[in-house]
Amino acid sequence: MKAVCQNALTCLFVSFALITATLPAHAFKAFVSNEKDNTISVIDTKSMKVIHTIKVGQRPRGILLAKDDTWLLICTSDDNRIEVYDAKTYEFIKNLPSGPDPELFALHPSGNPLYIANEDDNIVTVVNIDTGRIIAEVPVGVEPEGMGVSPDGRYVVNTSETTNMAHFIDTKTNETVANILVDNRPRVAQFTSDGKQLWVSAEIGGTVTIIDADKKVPIHKISFEIPGINADAIQPVGIRINKAGTKAFVALGPANRIAVIDAKTFKVEKYILVGQRVWNLAFTPDEKLILTTNGTSNDVTVVDVKKKRAFKSITVGRYPWGIVIANH
Amino acid sequence: MNRAKQSGCPLSLRRLRELIAMVLTFAFTSYALFAGHTIARAAPAEKGTDVISIPIVYVKEQRKRLPPLSLLDYPPDNEGIAGAELAIDDNNTTGRFLKQDFSVEMISSPKRDELIEGVVAKAKAGVGFFVVDVSAETLLALSDALKDLPAVLFNAGAPDQNLRESECRTNVKHTAASYAMLTDSLAQYLAWKQWRKIVLVSGPQPEDKLYAKSLKRSLKRFGLKLLAEKQFEYQPGSHRTDGGYEQVQKQIPTFTQGLPEYDVLLVADEAHQFGDYFAYRTWNARPVAGTHGLYATTWHPASELWGASQFQNRFNRKAGRHMKPLDYAAWMAVRSIGEAATRTGSGDPKTLIEYMLSDNFELAAFKGQKLTYRPWNAQLRQPIFMATPKLHVTVSPQPGFLHRITVLDTLGIDQPETECTAFN
Repeated sequence: MKAVCQNALTCLFVSFALITATLPAHAFKAFVSNEKDNTISVIDTKSMKVIHTIKVGQRPRGILLAKDDTWLLICTSDDNRIEVYDAKTYEFIKNLPSGPDPELFALHPSGNPLYIANEDDNIVTVVNIDTGRIIAEVPVGVEPEGMGVSPDGRYVVNTSETTNMAHFIDTKTNETVANILVDNRPRVAQFTSDGKQLWVSAEIGGTVTIIDADKKVPIHKISFEIPGINADAIQPVGIRINKAGTKAFVALGPANRIAVIDAKTFKVEKYILVGQRVWNLAFTPDEKLILTTNGTSNDVTVVDVKKKRAFKSITVGRYPWGIVIANH
Repeated sequence: MNRAKQSGCPLSLRRLRELIAMVLTFAFTSYALFAGHTIARAAPAEKGTDVISIPIVYVKEQRKRLPPLSLLDYPPDNEGIAGAELAIDDNNTTGRFLKQDFSVEMISSPKRDELIEGVVAKAKAGVGFFVVDVSAETLLALSDALKDLPAVLFNAGAPDQNLRESECRTNVKHTAASYAMLTDSLAQYLAWKQWRKIVLVSGPQPEDKLYAKSLKRSLKRFGLKLLAEKQFEYQPGSHRTDGGYEQVQKQIPTFTQGLPEYDVLLVADEAHQFGDYFAYRTWNARPVAGTHGLYATTWHPASELWGASQFQNRFNRKAGRHMKPLDYAAWMAVRSIGEAATRTGSGDPKTLIEYMLSDNFELAAFKGQKLTYRPWNAQLRQPIFMATPKLHVTVSPQPGFLHRITVLDTLGIDQPETECTAFN
């Protein structure tokens, strides 16, 4: 820096150029649940550093934001509850009931209620996050896991890992209206932003099924093939689709890669090498970056969405599981 | 998660909680409204008249066995059938959405003829699926008796190699691992550890001999050296006396004193008559493995790998005990039938049997990857735990043992070496 810093102005310019060349313009906060550490790592996406660690209940897995990103909700599976923290001060706010062994959940687009998959009880529990009351329990398949909610809030979809189905639950009646068979061990259910499609990953089946959300029938199945990687190791879990509905990113578990998919043609464009056993991922709100949680390598990989390239890994706690990124 | 680890009496706590939940649910529904919402628990899909029934029969041959060395090794009464019953529950949860109804009943007898008679009668009445825990001889007799009927036997209990090789049959599938799969798993791990110098102590029972034979094949296959082999003789049942450790403490050191310098002592004691005497008593301070010490098993009751926690919990709640390999093998058999029925939408035995042999079939069984049947002998491929009684140590196949089709075929007799021709 000394050599080029002739005066204050160039110095400022050089620093600015260096920052803009390597880092995104906006700073967001990413929250990562560390399943084995009982902590949440808070990452600043500008400095790419862990800026805080929140101690939470046992076995934190599913993680999401509510109340305009001011509440952080965490499924603490072994404590059989949802814990709520202030996403800005990291202070504990309250616990919510969840039913036994909550794993993943989804918030109604109106901000309430919360739909929780109870992995050990074959039900989805519906909870009012303001009153903390259980509104309904919906029976679904064996080992409920993934939860997706349609953008219009009409349907909540739950996947059941051993029943191998996506269950459409009508949010007005809290009853299942359709049960769609997918491949073995479905994990994540993700609607497109226009609500027309539902994408469901099947971890053991090694596929992603795309379901027509109106007709409730599968319309396409994506499989993956990576040279030099045993097909058995390709285990799709997390799915993120950009708001424009043009690109999808799928985490492939022990294949240690994420797939970049053209969301219109369903063709895989690229596999990006990330950390080990990548399960979940999240866009920054500006969709410039995607961050992945790598369970067995205890880190988060940062991927440049435009360049389709991983460029940074950040050490977090042990067995990072879920991730959510706040707009602040 | 595993509640059992966290609380002293997990089952009663759980029941208590369920009871409270029931009472609360009742109270809530009675008093109806909470912030404008009704408490609701939707009923399962109703069964119509067009429900497909898929009956399964569990066949258990009551065999005379020597009492095991440890009180902990007495088999529970519901061993095996409990796994089948859990799989029926799992199948029916899916079945209620697809209008399929699975059921299991048990035929149990010490007499082979009675078993054959019962099984044939059921098969003639339309039952297509039999999950069997019988001796190798009885299994072959059952297979012959069912030869011309649309029925298949799932071998959940017999590891005998000949059932997969020279005596393989097209109407028998194996969810139990073979001796070769078990001993290959162990040998791979010993090779990975570079514990290459081996001594073997084997027992007098026929199953001990089969296990020892398989071990020797595996040692050779994975480049381990068998330096010495000794037979261990005993009077069956004589261990059940008050005391005895004083003599055993002296007996095992002298028994192992003359052995050459070795890395691991392997025991072949399928009958559980002496294997547990060896660890901590050998002349040299070396680990024990084989049927005791570090052992190979298809299932471990403490595994929480690959999302198994809920599976273990479901079983523990239902059976009131931990899951054993026989329960797991029976569960996989019934789940195979369920998976085939789900995917084909059929209950017809012939359709399901064909589907299970096709490339499309895959079973998710808490082993971190899909499980399939080997097309050349209908043996289910599966990763195998290497474990001590409390916890797994590793899972085979081990890193570095490669295969052109699937690394799971590095365990057991592979296609190019098989003697089984029935499926050709």
